[in-house]
Amino acid sequence: MKITESINATLGILQKEVLSEFRTRYALNALLMFVVTTLSVILFSIGSENVSQEILCGILWIIIFFSSMSGLSRTFVSEEERGTVMTLHLIANPLSVYFGKLLYNLLLLTFLNIFTLILYLLMIPGFVINNYSIFVITIILGTFGLASASTIIAAIVAKANTKGTLFPVLAFPILLPLLMTLINATKLAVQGAILNEAFGEFRVLLSYSIVIIVISYLLFDFIWKD
Amino acid sequence: MFLKISANGLSKAYNRREIFSNVNFQLKENDSLAITGRNGAGKSTLIKIIANIISQTKGEISISDKEKEIPKSKIFSIVGFVAPYLQLYDEFTALENMRIIKNIRNVLISEKNILELLNKVGLYKNRNDFVRTFSSGMKQRLKYACALLHDPPLLLLDEPNSNLDEEGVKMVWEIIEEQKAKGILVVATNEIEDSKLCTKIINLNKQEE
Repeated sequence: MKITESINATLGILQKEVLSEFRTRYALNALLMFVVTTLSVILFSIGSENVSQEILCGILWIIIFFSSMSGLSRTFVSEEERGTVMTLHLIANPLSVYFGKLLYNLLLLTFLNIFTLILYLLMIPGFVINNYSIFVITIILGTFGLASASTIIAAIVAKANTKGTLFPVLAFPILLPLLMTLINATKLAVQGAILNEAFGEFRVLLSYSIVIIVISYLLFDFIWKD
Repeated sequence: MFLKISANGLSKAYNRREIFSNVNFQLKENDSLAITGRNGAGKSTLIKIIANIISQTKGEISISDKEKEIPKSKIFSIVGFVAPYLQLYDEFTALENMRIIKNIRNVLISEKNILELLNKVGLYKNRNDFVRTFSSGMKQRLKYACALLHDPPLLLLDEPNSNLDEEGVKMVWEIIEEQKAKGILVVATNEIEDSKLCTKIINLNKQEE
């Protein structure tokens, strides 16, 4: 198969996912409701207390982590539940399916992160960013890492009977190094560190995503076929 | 294309329970194969193995074009598949389903030809209706339109007449005759009428005896 055909198939799957999401709201509603609910609970619990910037960085990534857990698995689980997995098997090669789903999760997570960050910055007054360059790069790399890991984990758990509980359980140990690095990088952004100081964190984040995508590329064929 | 399918010693087991064993067949252009057998004999399983949806436990199956073996990852591009357990996207209309499959498959087919295909399966008037509103027979017809979209040299039909009315069965027979003239056809069926349309028959009950 030519590369252009694979790219077209990948884009075709992305288009299907986006159109399907607009029609069904499988993931979007769950994600947005989770963010709003969690933020409201955190806001009420904090009240007028003074919470340190470091803790607020952790809370931000906890919200993003759990909201992605509630929505990102849908991309494969919904195919399994609706019985359309076989249809996908018959119309596309496995790698186009993986990359199409990865791009969709990336798009969905980017939208979710923008929404979460706007709400977080508006509703949590103690959370002030002092270096926006570090913050933006961290969010971009974090989105990339979360989407790449959750896509392959979703493909694995979609075959299981207890999909809902298995996804966060399986995702947590895989995502832990990513989350810790993201929290560290966000702390640097909040503390107003210079860009060079965050390069170590950026390297870890970038390497994490590359390693996950390469492993997924190599293993997806086995995961996808019964 | 000059397709050949060669299956040698195919066996399939689920959790150590053998479904069928030592299935052998050779198919070339214009051949048609009927797979028959009682319920649970493995007709659907065998047709899924041919389509490369699942793997066999033992044996070899190869599909070649002009003596050159087609890699497993590319088999989907030459296969058209219709089965009652195959699902289409309910949230899209019939036409949208066809467009989506066209885009993913990279098929160079005009909108006019897609509409002709829908007309052929009797769904032209329902082209803009959501699939979730379709009856099971209409869904089966749409599956035929989707399977024929890329003019597949290998057409696999599992229970081809499932959920279809008399007119639908006639449509299937026409499709079967057309496929026999231009490629390879494999049908998994319990109906004697359907198996009579094929040049070769494998009875999976006899395979176990």
